[in-house]
Amino acid sequence: MSMLVYRPCTRQVARLAALGLFGLIFGLPLAILLLAAVTGQWNGVLPTILTLRHVRALLGGDQGASLWHSIATGLAASLIAVLLGGGGALAARDLPAGFRRGLDALYFLPIALPSASIGLALLITFSQPPILLNGTVALVVMAHVVLITAYAYANTRAGIETLPAELEDVAGSLGASQWLALRSITLPLLAPYLLAAFALGFALSMGELGATIMLYPPQWVTAPVQVFALTDRGDIYAGAALGVALLACTFLVLLLLNRQKPRILRP
Amino acid sequence: MTDASPVALTRTASGAELIGGAGGAAPVAVTPRIALEGVSVRYHGALALDSINLAVAPGEVVVLLGPSGSGKSTILRAIAGFLTPSQGRISLAGRDVTDLPPHARGVGMVVQNYALFPHLRVAENVGFGLRARRRPVADITERVAACLDMVGMGRFADRLPRELSGGQQQRVAIARALAIDPPVLLLDEPLSALDAPLRAGLLEEIRALHARLPDLVIVYVTHDQNEAIALGDRILLMRDGRIAAEGTPRALHDTPPHRYAAEFFGQANLLPVQLDACDAELAIVTLEGQRLTVRAPAWHASDDRALGARPLLCLRPHAITLNATGLNRIEARILATHWMGAVNRIEAAIGPHRLRIDVPGSTTPPAPGSVVTIGFEPDQACLVADL
Repeated sequence: MSMLVYRPCTRQVARLAALGLFGLIFGLPLAILLLAAVTGQWNGVLPTILTLRHVRALLGGDQGASLWHSIATGLAASLIAVLLGGGGALAARDLPAGFRRGLDALYFLPIALPSASIGLALLITFSQPPILLNGTVALVVMAHVVLITAYAYANTRAGIETLPAELEDVAGSLGASQWLALRSITLPLLAPYLLAAFALGFALSMGELGATIMLYPPQWVTAPVQVFALTDRGDIYAGAALGVALLACTFLVLLLLNRQKPRILRP
Repeated sequence: MTDASPVALTRTASGAELIGGAGGAAPVAVTPRIALEGVSVRYHGALALDSINLAVAPGEVVVLLGPSGSGKSTILRAIAGFLTPSQGRISLAGRDVTDLPPHARGVGMVVQNYALFPHLRVAENVGFGLRARRRPVADITERVAACLDMVGMGRFADRLPRELSGGQQQRVAIARALAIDPPVLLLDEPLSALDAPLRAGLLEEIRALHARLPDLVIVYVTHDQNEAIALGDRILLMRDGRIAAEGTPRALHDTPPHRYAAEFFGQANLLPVQLDACDAELAIVTLEGQRLTVRAPAWHASDDRALGARPLLCLRPHAITLNATGLNRIEARILATHWMGAVNRIEAAIGPHRLRIDVPGSTTPPAPGSVVTIGFEPDQACLVADL
């Protein structure tokens, strides 16, 4: 059996099979989404009428606003998540193993719950005194933070594992206070991981629907909520166009973040 | 390094400390650069250091030698401030630093894997400590250049650590530690990640460096006895969180106090003997019915644990001669011979006891199975306690 793997023709077949599977699961839906975004009417195998109407609609109105709301929510939530998750991971270094496991559980618990449950929990918690946040943008951001902080925590923990333990010790012996060692040694070396955590958090936040739909105020409709609303009332192609725009915005921001990586690592 | 005698620490009534050579030199009132008094360290409940007392004089090079887990690095980390003793006191130049954080202690430290800051260039690594101390930029530039020149790395100032070889990285690490002009330099197995020729070269450089900075105290951790012999004014042999033996390299080599020291420090043949007589200088022992004269053990009258222990004759392989005609002679059967370049290593047996003999590689060793008379000079052998 193992000999089969080394035969060129077998490997070629395996490659084609993998490519076909990938195309079917990822490529085809994406291609259809792109096509639907410029479709006016679709009666056969391919669109009957092509149009840029839905794309133009993205530049203003509710759909344009929802894109901006998603980007703003994603940036704010990712930043807060990196601060909370990264800070927690740094603090976890010095904790005894038992406490560290407890902290892990605390951070990872939200990703084991349905996002709608997180939304519901926040809605119930902050719809009564003493803290009233019902119907505010802050509650939407808070929900996103709860849902993505685990990834920031995990990314930072992974980064910390790669750092030689002696770096901060040596910095201390050279006269650096803990704060200076953290600022000038640890954080610059963790920057790629923090950046990756920010990017992942942003991507997740851009696509978040379950919790947001329970919490969003009327003046802060995010793009996924808008997509849901458009498709719910039968405007499928407008929803597809907004979905593509959401994808493009996420990709653009991730690209910009990726370009920052070498700059951060430069001394 | 200098041929300094072991330093003894005695606290006087006035609180001053007397440092004196064990070789008979009159004690001199000097504040030790490093003083550990009854220092114990616990790791997760286990005792990693057990009541360590140590005084290091200005300019002294002390080597902490021992196997992994013996506590040698723990001493270093306690001095640097990375560990807080569960009891005891640590002083640097007379100042109690037991509760001070590492950055307030002013000691330089070099660790096994160099720990250069990978995102900073060589010059920035070396200048890090000076920047942390907020020195003027001009001073930093000048000092960095001087330190890099000191270790022969001046032309690599703009490189990143990953662009350097292991030996070059270690030189930079040493320059970085010296840049802050520390009175104490702690070296934690600094050469163990390097290959043998590079290690020998860097050892020479550390010796030369100390010759240029004679007041610098170096505490050097290693498990390599050759490094310890080459560098140390004094060697502390560690075992289970305690100092098992201490002395000059020569004293530890020639007269190890017990089996552990003899086995760890230099290869030794340890043969069980019966102690028949002993005076201040010589002892008479019996080995397989043959009476032998050896150097009297210094511990015999002073070490309570040793008094009850059966002594072992400690014979270094190179101290044994073949076809001997001197005072100490005994027959041995040759089991095997191995040519190892500079020496012929001979495996032999005296009765049931096996031993190794090293003779020059240029000589022809006796044939396996033959019986030869071997011998040694009384001052080339000693008795050690079986501890």
